[in-house]
Amino acid sequence: MQFMLLFSRQGKLRLQKWYVPLSDKEKKKITRELVQTVLARKPKMCSFLEWRDLKIVYKRYASLYFCCAIEDQDNELITLEIIHRYVELLDKYFGSVCELDIIFNFEKAYFILDEFLLGGEAQETSKKNVLKAIEQADLLQENLDFQIRLLPAGVLSPNISSESTGLFQS
Amino acid sequence: MPAVSKGDGMRGLAVFISDIRNCKSKEAEIKRINKELANIRSKFKGDKALDGYSKKKYVCKLLFIFLLGHDIDFGHMEAVNLLSSNKYTEKQIGYLFISVLVNSNSELIRLINNAIKNDLSSRNPTFMCLALHCIANVGSREMAEAFAGEIPRILVAGDTMDSVKQSAALCLLRLYKTSPDLVLMGEWTSRVVHLLNDQHMGVVTAAISLITCLSQKNPDEFKTCVSLAVSRLSRIVSSASTDLQDYTYYFVPAPWLSCKLLRLLQCYPPPEDGAVKGRLVECLETILNKAQEPPKSKKVQHSNAKNAILFEAISLIIHYDSEPNLLVRACNQLGQFLQHRETNLRYLALESMCTLASSEFSHEAVKTHIETVINALKTERDVSVRQRAADLLYAMCDRSNAKQIVAEMLSYLETADYSIREEMVLKVAILAEKYAVDYSWYVDTILNLIRIAGDYVSEEVWYRVIQIVINRDDVQGYAAKTVFEALQAPACHENMVKVGGYILGEFGNLIAGDPRSSPLVQFNLLHSKFHLCSVPTRALLLSAYIKFINLFPETKSTIQEVLRSDSQIRNSDVELQQRAVEYLKLSSIASTDVLATVLEEMPPFPERESSILAKLKKKKGPGAVSVNELEEGKREGGELNGGGERGGDNSAIATSNASTPSPSADLLGLRAGPPVTAAAPSAGSLLVDVFSEAGVNDDGFLSSAPPSVVSEDPAPPLPESNELLNKFVCKNNGVLFENQLLQIGIKSEYRQNLGRMYLFYGNKTSVQFVTFSTTVTCPGELQSQLNVQSKPVEPLIEGGAQVQQVINIECLTDFSDAPLLNIKFRYGGALQNLTLKLPVTINKFFQPTEMASHDFFQRWKQLSLPQQEAQKIFKANHAMDTEVLKAKLLGLGMALLENVDPNPENFVCAGVIQTKAQQVGSLLRLEPKRASSDVPINRAQQ
Repeated sequence: MQFMLLFSRQGKLRLQKWYVPLSDKEKKKITRELVQTVLARKPKMCSFLEWRDLKIVYKRYASLYFCCAIEDQDNELITLEIIHRYVELLDKYFGSVCELDIIFNFEKAYFILDEFLLGGEAQETSKKNVLKAIEQADLLQENLDFQIRLLPAGVLSPNISSESTGLFQS
Repeated sequence: MPAVSKGDGMRGLAVFISDIRNCKSKEAEIKRINKELANIRSKFKGDKALDGYSKKKYVCKLLFIFLLGHDIDFGHMEAVNLLSSNKYTEKQIGYLFISVLVNSNSELIRLINNAIKNDLSSRNPTFMCLALHCIANVGSREMAEAFAGEIPRILVAGDTMDSVKQSAALCLLRLYKTSPDLVLMGEWTSRVVHLLNDQHMGVVTAAISLITCLSQKNPDEFKTCVSLAVSRLSRIVSSASTDLQDYTYYFVPAPWLSCKLLRLLQCYPPPEDGAVKGRLVECLETILNKAQEPPKSKKVQHSNAKNAILFEAISLIIHYDSEPNLLVRACNQLGQFLQHRETNLRYLALESMCTLASSEFSHEAVKTHIETVINALKTERDVSVRQRAADLLYAMCDRSNAKQIVAEMLSYLETADYSIREEMVLKVAILAEKYAVDYSWYVDTILNLIRIAGDYVSEEVWYRVIQIVINRDDVQGYAAKTVFEALQAPACHENMVKVGGYILGEFGNLIAGDPRSSPLVQFNLLHSKFHLCSVPTRALLLSAYIKFINLFPETKSTIQEVLRSDSQIRNSDVELQQRAVEYLKLSSIASTDVLATVLEEMPPFPERESSILAKLKKKKGPGAVSVNELEEGKREGGELNGGGERGGDNSAIATSNASTPSPSADLLGLRAGPPVTAAAPSAGSLLVDVFSEAGVNDDGFLSSAPPSVVSEDPAPPLPESNELLNKFVCKNNGVLFENQLLQIGIKSEYRQNLGRMYLFYGNKTSVQFVTFSTTVTCPGELQSQLNVQSKPVEPLIEGGAQVQQVINIECLTDFSDAPLLNIKFRYGGALQNLTLKLPVTINKFFQPTEMASHDFFQRWKQLSLPQQEAQKIFKANHAMDTEVLKAKLLGLGMALLENVDPNPENFVCAGVIQTKAQQVGSLLRLEPKRASSDVPINRAQQ
């Protein structure tokens, strides 16, 4: 896999992971282009498309699009399930994950991804093992200053309520 | 699992993120961010030492701001400080920041590498994993230099924890991708391969990605992985869906690992060992059988995982291309998917069938699905799926179904998406040519193409139809009749006018007997389109008119009238004006005999591969059109051109050009325009393009005296002079230039910054060249870079004789242009004037330098500034032969260093460029990549 992007229906980038060296400028250009292309596609269309010399595999979960760029010889269907497994991991970790979880705890989303995929390849596909690793890390923390889920009051204004829809709910 | 409740909340960060989200405008957001940046900056600069928590919080805020798309130019040092914290979350945030905001500051890199080193040796698996993740995420060359030696040790050590092994394997993979020269598996190879046998499925899953990549590069060293992979696969495939516990995904046992195993096997030919092969075939059959079983779950994840394995297995079957039974079963399975309700499966089935269509075992089986595929082309709602259907139709096309497929593609073209029209046009043109049995069908198809999608018909396509019509006399009459009819449409595409003009100009006489298409009717029809056309098309039409004068003397006065009109003879476009003037003059001065000779029918084009294929290949990127296909195209194309029948080869062209003997030389002496066969090599001249397309080298003397050269000024360099120059980069002797009259040979030698060149001018004719003179000039800044002195040469060269000229060259400083050599002489009264580039390139002044491996790489690393380095990746034009490459590199003038690069496939060279002003040391590294035939070249200069 060359990179993975998470973005919202409004085109806001929520997570970006690059497995090939690119300049910031190039990254921004690619992101702009892909967000536009994917958002323009209709719901029933197929999840794969050719883009430059890469294959794009994407899937929408509630308000979020998960989009991966893979190389010619890579397997599209298994990439779709990479996306799904990542969503499952987020869901299990956050407990019914929604877009807001990823916005406010972006660093966790990156850590979970690193346990699951490294250098663009699956490192550990067992859900239990990935979560065990994250849990162990969480246990190492000394600064347990906040014990609650971090969603400050007042962030759920009506027009963005889709961000609080569980990714598995729609 | 209520994991989040254990979260290490950073209240300040959450508040900041809410603030940003509540900003009503972009300006408000920027204002809020700037405020925060100022705050963080002052905290970092403040006297009070920040505690770890605050540092972590601020670094995290900076990261958030960066991920929003803003630039961050500070905070790296604070992040690096966090790396050495003994609190896990602080360390973790530090590493995340470093991974996302890589910085090339060398002092920072030293500190980062130190922290990583400490964590790697900490023996704390969680810390080790963090460090390995960071290396894998950054993956820079500096990191490879620091850690590529250490990581293989961690990977294979007996006491390494499983999770660390997993990270180490993929970390190494990433480093190998960036710096293959630094990752040396050597002694570890067999232990790495044996990771395929590891108890822990996660370790196998991670390690196999590394092994696959290494196998692609060094298949022989890793070939023991084949039998291990087969037995692992066999165990997974035969296991019950619950055996593998958490590695079972929606009732599918280890789908990721299965796909990776099948992928690894695609790096190798079928196993030679009968038992291994039997076991593998069994696996593949089981996978195909499972596809027929009822699903164990209705969830799409179940079917996706199952089908991912199935498609990977089919890829392997296609890769082997040796088991007819499996190939046909694969094809039937894909056939079922073609009608599946899941769009994704239809898409993949169409894509996969494309490759099946090229196997002789399954080609027929693929063809049985033609109706379904045509239906997909018509009814799929997603353009990317329709595109796949079009690709498949193209792939499954052969003589038996070509007419049907071409007809379907043509009708699809009328409504096709703009994005795929050009490619469709190329495909239709190729199929029509490749499978044409009767050529009237071919001509009809191409004219239909122009009618339906004229804007997307590229030059290659209409050049090609003309080449074919010219080479096949049985279709010429039909072609003339058809274009004549097509031109009668009130609005026809300009490409139609081009084809029509050319064909009627050549073969209008074949339909002139019919009063409805008499010469004048033809001319008027063509001329009615003239004013609507662009300059290049008008130029082509003017050439058609002069051909008409030859074909039909009765049209002469009408056409002369047209040529004489102000809109032609005074046209503001030089090309048009010149043609009008020259053609008018030609038609009034030359006798009918001369006219007939100059304007005789085009000779057949030489047999060659269709340039359309090359264009399609370029469009689709490498790999899309297989070499096989190209070769087939060449073969079929040759047959189509009827090469043998009409002797349409190079020699025929040469004679035809040479058969315009003295009369046309006289014509040129009169400065009359060149005949149609030698239009000026200007951008507007389509006819010349046709010739060069056809590979007809217009090296007749006509081109050396282009009509624009009415003055005695030196001609501009020949269009091919750059190519001629390139021929001499790696050699010093040879024929620099040759045409019908003149041959120029060259011999040269170089020492230090001085060179001497001998030029030999040979008169190939039996007539003497008079007022023969040459001048060598250094254009522009080359004057101050190169000192070139030439001795004058004899002004008279007898027929068949050769004269010699000596040129002395001194390199003052580095240069990039080449000196120009202008040659003028009169042959039969006609002034010949041509300019070439002298093959003096900077590498001629190389002095080879020997050095040891250590020295080489030390110097190589020193040359790190952007202006000291140049890298180029290019496709090899020819098959790469080690000896040929070596000879080329030696010819370049550098020393070829043996046993320097750890990868024996690579070539490294060193040399010093000697100029009067300075000496420039240069290092070169050539890394041939055989699979893709890309040759990346690295070169550094001091």
